[in-house]
Formats: sequence, structure tokens, C-alpha cells
Amino acid sequence: MSDPSTLSMFRWIVTRDLTLAWRRRADVLSTLIFFVIVVSLFPLGIGPETQLLRSIAPGVVWVAALLASMLSLNRVFANDYPDGTLEQMLLTPQPLYLVVMGKVVAQWLVSELPLVLIAPLIGVQFDLPPETLFVLFISLLIGTPILSLIGSVGAALTLGLRGGGVLIALLILPLYIPVLIFGAGAVDASIIGVSPQANLYLLGALLAVSFVFAPWATSAALRISLE
Amino acid sequence: MPESGEVRWQGANIRSLGEEYSSSIAYLGHRNGIKEELSSLENLRISAGLAGFELSREEAANALKQVGLAGRENLPARFLSEGQKRRTALARLVACGTRLWVLDEVLASLDDAAVQLVKSMIEGHLSKEGIAIVATHQELNLSAGSFQRLKLETGIPSSAGAPEHSS
Repeated sequence: MSDPSTLSMFRWIVTRDLTLAWRRRADVLSTLIFFVIVVSLFPLGIGPETQLLRSIAPGVVWVAALLASMLSLNRVFANDYPDGTLEQMLLTPQPLYLVVMGKVVAQWLVSELPLVLIAPLIGVQFDLPPETLFVLFISLLIGTPILSLIGSVGAALTLGLRGGGVLIALLILPLYIPVLIFGAGAVDASIIGVSPQANLYLLGALLAVSFVFAPWATSAALRISLE
Repeated sequence: MPESGEVRWQGANIRSLGEEYSSSIAYLGHRNGIKEELSSLENLRISAGLAGFELSREEAANALKQVGLAGRENLPARFLSEGQKRRTALARLVACGTRLWVLDEVLASLDDAAVQLVKSMIEGHLSKEGIAIVATHQELNLSAGSFQRLKLETGIPSSAGAPEHSS
């Protein structure tokens, strides 16, 4: 795996996707703004009842993060499919696993990392104490790569299908449930004053498992979609 | 990968070759495989980099010059005409020293000058011990020493391994 051409290919994929994302900044920003608006609607709708806001905050932020990541997942492979660049990537000498990893890493950096960074700021609207904001940040930091990894499987499976956007949500959202439970659970625990460690460890375990299996499943799905 | 039968590269089935085979083949199909948002130079360097060939800016610019895109290297590909996009894709073949070219309808949307360019590219490639498999609907008369023409007609398999029931 430490073969220089393998590493340089990985670097090329990430640079390429980051450059493309930079050229299409509006797409990237729309995901972030969607997240911010959805989360902000709840305090506005519910009113200034701090106790209630605090108790719904973990669920609201996490559900918004799931939905926002659904928005950006459509684009992971679908943008490269019509112009034949994905086809060319499949023909490269390096393992497809690496192509998929590169694209997932770029997608996470572009679409998920901004959500993670802005989440503590948004959490202030829910009157969360600083240590809970920190737990929220950490849980999203561990959890969002899982969303990208699992989501890439759905994106590859629905590639080239009409109405793929809805289908991807139906396929992937059920698989996001464990991430939602443990992610929101960690924040909940910190609000009621219990240690969030157990939940965070479980999130870490999920990350490790999806890190191993998701790119492999995505590669298989890509091969099927492009055949 | 073939639906039935096997494809061999230097005597070995391509299924078992993997990397060795895929690093010696360059494929150009109906779709150019270039991104509209990137310039020709970026497209070329990235597609070559993914295929395992690191190109410096100079090498990439040189390859683009060879396909007649000098002066347009930094223009985003969406401002290029169909033919110029095709040329960008062709520059990848020139820049990467792959042995086997597989070209599918490579002459589509090219003007006369570009058709000549493709012909001279293929001839140059063949003269350097390269192999090119070209599927095309247009005439492609090469002056190179050895080339075979297989005429495929609809419904009638014309290859050597034709199924017996076709008669």
C-alpha cells in the first residue's frame, strides 16, 4: 500500500475533487447553509424554552447532519459518470478501493467537515453548555466520516438511475440509524451529566468497521453500475 | 472484461494480469473523460496522474501543443469546442507511454485537420512498437506497415470464433 504510485494516485484523486469543489463553490455552500437553516428553524419554531431546547438539541443537530450529508452524497459519483471520467478511473492500474477512498475523503473534507466545525456555534442556539458543545463536536467528528463511507455505497448503487436522489435516501437512511443513536446519545449523556465515552467508543467502532467494508462494497457497486 | 471467452495480453488472460495489463492500456471511448470545470492542462495532468504517469506542467503543455491546443491550455474545458475537447483527451494518449491504445469512434466530431492528426498519432504510435485497436465508422487509411482491418457487420460475427449455428 505504500507504493509511491499508489499514494500519488490517492493524492491526485483528492486534489482533483477538491479543485472541482472549489470551482463549484455554490454546491458546497448549499449543503452547509441547508444544515444551518434546518437546525435554526427549531429554536425559532419552539420558542425560548431552554429546558425543552436542550433536550431536543442532540437529535435535531444530528438529524440535520444526516439530511445535509444526503444532499451532498448524490454528487460523489454522479458528477463523474456522464462525462466518462469515472470510467477512466476504473481503468487505472491502482486498486479501485483507493479511488473510492480518495473520493470519500474529498467528499468528507468538502461537505462534512464544515458542518462539524460550525456545529458548536449552532449549538449555542439550544443553550448547550460548553462541555456539551465539545462533545457534540467530537461526536460529529467521529460520526460524519461514517456517513460519508456508508453513503458512498448508496451513491455507487444508484449511479445512473433516474430518481436516484430519493432512492439513495431510502437505501442509506436506515443504515444511518446506529450512527444517529450513538452520536445523539453521546451528546445526550453529556447534557444529563453522564460520561459520553461509551457512545463515542461505539461510534469509533462503527467508523473502523465502515472504514474497512464500505469502500470495498462501493467498489463492487461501482463495477456493477458501470458494466 | 469479455462476456464469454477470454482476452489475452502477452499470452496471459487479462483476468489474472490485473495491474500489469491495466497499466499498459489506454482507452478512449465516446466520452472524453474530461471535466468541464478544469482547464486542458489540469485535465491532462490529472488523468495522466491517475493512470500512474506524473507529468510536469511543461510535459503536459508540450503534449497539448502536439495535439494543436497551444495557447488554450488554461482555458476551462467548457469553453472549448467538441473537437478541442477531443484533442485534450487525445493528448493523454500522447503523454502517457502506454503500449496498447483502445480507441472507440475516435474520429467522431473531429474536423479534417484533426482526423489527419489522429492518423499521424496512430502511425507514430505504431512506429514505436505500439499497438492500437481502433473501432470506427469512418475511413482510416494508415500508411503504417502492418495493420489489419476487421469489418464487423450487424448480426454476422466475422471473427474466427464464430458460433456454428450462424450458418
